[in-house]
Amino acid sequence: MSTVEVREIAPLLTVENLIVEYPSKRFRAKPFRALTDINISIGQGETLGLVGESGSGKTTLGRAVLGLAPVTGGKVIFEGRDISHATRKQRRILSRDLQVVFQDPYTSLNPALEIGDILAEPLGVQGMEQAAAKRRVKELLDQVRLPSDAIHRLPREFSGGQRQRVAIARALALSPKLIVCDEPVSALDLSTQARVLDLFLQIQKDTGVSYLFVSHDLDVVRHISHRVAVMYRGEIVEQGPAEVVTRDPEHPYTQRLLLASPVPDPDRQEQRRADRHRLMESQRHQHEQAGAVA
Amino acid sequence: MSDSVETAAVAAPAPSLHPGQSGTVVRSTVVRRLLRNPLGIISLAILLAISLLAVLAPVLAPFQENYSNIAKTLAAPDSVNILGTDSAGRDVWSRLLFGAQLTLLSALLCAGVAIAIGLPAGLIAGYYGGKFEAVSNWAVGILMSLPGLIVLLTIRAAFGPSVWISMIAFGILISPSYFRLTRTAVQSVRNELYVDAARVSGLSDLSIIARHIFSVVRAPIIIQTAAIAGVAIAVQSGLEFLGLGDPTKATWGVMLSEGFKNVYLNPTLLFWPAFAMALTIGGLVLLGNAIRDALEDGEKIKHRKKAAKLKGTTAAPAAARLSRKSVAAVDAGTEHHLVKVTNLGVGYPQADGSIKKVVDDVSFHVDRGEILGIVGESGSGKSQTAFSILGLLPDNARIVAGSIQFDGNYTVAPGEERVDQARLSKLRGKRISYIPQEPMSNLDPAFTIGYQLVTPMVRVLGISKEEARKRALKLLTDVGIVNPERTFSAYPHEVSGGMAQRVLIAGAISCEPDLVIADEPTTALDVTVQADVLDLLRELQQRLNIGVILVTHNFGVVADLCDRVAVMQNGRLVEEGPVRDILRNPKERYTRTLLASMLEGKTPMSMLVSSQKEPVA
Repeated sequence: MSTVEVREIAPLLTVENLIVEYPSKRFRAKPFRALTDINISIGQGETLGLVGESGSGKTTLGRAVLGLAPVTGGKVIFEGRDISHATRKQRRILSRDLQVVFQDPYTSLNPALEIGDILAEPLGVQGMEQAAAKRRVKELLDQVRLPSDAIHRLPREFSGGQRQRVAIARALALSPKLIVCDEPVSALDLSTQARVLDLFLQIQKDTGVSYLFVSHDLDVVRHISHRVAVMYRGEIVEQGPAEVVTRDPEHPYTQRLLLASPVPDPDRQEQRRADRHRLMESQRHQHEQAGAVA
Repeated sequence: MSDSVETAAVAAPAPSLHPGQSGTVVRSTVVRRLLRNPLGIISLAILLAISLLAVLAPVLAPFQENYSNIAKTLAAPDSVNILGTDSAGRDVWSRLLFGAQLTLLSALLCAGVAIAIGLPAGLIAGYYGGKFEAVSNWAVGILMSLPGLIVLLTIRAAFGPSVWISMIAFGILISPSYFRLTRTAVQSVRNELYVDAARVSGLSDLSIIARHIFSVVRAPIIIQTAAIAGVAIAVQSGLEFLGLGDPTKATWGVMLSEGFKNVYLNPTLLFWPAFAMALTIGGLVLLGNAIRDALEDGEKIKHRKKAAKLKGTTAAPAAARLSRKSVAAVDAGTEHHLVKVTNLGVGYPQADGSIKKVVDDVSFHVDRGEILGIVGESGSGKSQTAFSILGLLPDNARIVAGSIQFDGNYTVAPGEERVDQARLSKLRGKRISYIPQEPMSNLDPAFTIGYQLVTPMVRVLGISKEEARKRALKLLTDVGIVNPERTFSAYPHEVSGGMAQRVLIAGAISCEPDLVIADEPTTALDVTVQADVLDLLRELQQRLNIGVILVTHNFGVVADLCDRVAVMQNGRLVEEGPVRDILRNPKERYTRTLLASMLEGKTPMSMLVSSQKEPVA
């Protein structure tokens, strides 16, 4: 599943010069620009990791692809069709191919609905028969390794990791081609995170689904992505193969990000800390000389 | 009422495997809780009895409502007229029964009209917002500013004395209360992620409202309806009492008016309708309260003195200890430790009388100038351990075993059940301080940062305000804030999360503590900010030579700061030792599993843990 192979096929999702603006609450004030001139593409079976700090616009980009954020300018093209202003009806058809897993497994599942009903919802929208939907729900629970008696239980009876499995199962229900994953492991414990990441990789291996994987954690993004895009203040500042971007970044922000993430060994961490201080020093130096903002 | 609500929820257009099941699962527990509440069951019984009497009125009533026996007016109760007769010789008992029918039906009509207008309008306004909301808010404003009684009098003058018309009018007048209730409830869930997920699934707005939004407003609507029905009965009876009712119909209000005219001749004529009204309105109000209580998850645990006995042997020494005035000296040879936790157990009494242990047999110590990391996953008891040192456990928590000593004295002596607040409040803020996880929620938005730094210093150190101000500015400089003056006079919402955490660290060291307890101090921060805050913590700790307990789930943070590490799982300490030993040569299987979950240094796209037999996350 190398990136070279992927590039030969036409990309599944292309985002061209995307701009997202939110109208300001104040009268006649300038709208708030959340995303500026975003260009990304995702091939079939490929994972694009999107990394950045809070407020950098990475979540907004995912939401714009899903039609949950207003597209002010530019295009979102999915399988050759412009979906940047898709109607609800078009979205309903799109939802077979385009799905989502949100960050917070506690608010992304309706607390009043049973797991079976939550999973059957997307199937019902597509007009699947009840019996078939029931079979599919069983299959899905099996795929995300939840016990089949989960059907009749409520979200609150499950741990965070299990809830995230339910959310993943819901996204998988219609066998989509692309899943937007918005910080899907950020709210999870370390060992749970590892299991859920394994699940994402296994699903991709089995179904060939593509991911737009949003995370603030460079380690997570490096682990799961073929290619990585780095966002900073509403723009993509660096984009390329995961190995390159996450090990030998070019942009000053990515360099800072890489060295800021601590490693689990005291001596190597001390080294990294020193490297980071040196980098900060040299960047400050350059900044003073050039007067440019990193 | 609840039946119709239930079916509305079931009738969601989106097909589901078990329609309505979801509603009943939640409801059954609410209903059970309602029935267990004496208030609930009494009010339900009263209302059911009155409704039954009303329904069976034609069977139960010995006379027609307007059948008058001129020969027998204002009669006392006898075997024929069990409650006597009124001034026209009509049977009071029969009129009371027929009156119940009409009064209850008209109250239902009023609530029905109000719901029919307020609920859909509120759902639409709350969900879509925009123009519809603006227009309906405006309409609601007008409706609410109308003087209700005058409108009702006008309507009576225009349309005649019909109970139905006046109740429809009152329903319209009172519909804003449903509108506002619904709109607020909908707005609170409109942006929940599960609503977004439903949108991505392509659900139509109608299905989203019916499936995901309506369930939120169901309960408040039922409570509101109980109250509104009571008000409707009161208003309607009030109008009729003034003589504006329909004299050809028997209602409680008309009976009240009639009774009032003859109050000197036969006071009981006034009593019966008033009693019926009081019973009904009271029942409705109490039912509303009971439903609210049932919904508010009142799994209250009775205070159990006996809880200690469940621990068996520790109960006796506990009693002996509590009676003692002074605190026992700590074990010899451990005085030099800054903090020593010995066999600590923390538990929460459960409804069935047992105690659920969240911290079990945990022992460790921290010396001056040392950083101890407590690592574990959520639910491992690491925060509970830290909070028991701070004495900030919730009220219902119990120290079920062990002791905590700070600088040679017990803060929790062996056998004590609770943290002694008197002992700890002398230490907290002065010698032990705390850095929380969420910087923003730990600063009061109503006060400036400067005020929040100065006040504790004035209190604890007993210095003047001016001196404290100087100190605060110096502290802000120390924690790496570039423009301390500006931050000093800023409000918390004006600074970033990283800045707020620096302020809290400044606050934590402001009174020169010996021990700082940091509970996930960098978890809520961006990675680049986290690195800065870690640098700051290390620098301060070395300069001030303080002891630090760092609670975290991140082994990178541990490697960066800690001298020693304690690993916790399910309330127990699984492994403890110098940081290099634990991170490089973990002995326990659990520590190895945790370290194996780290992504650093792993081959990208490889399975992390799936080679092991897969447990459910």
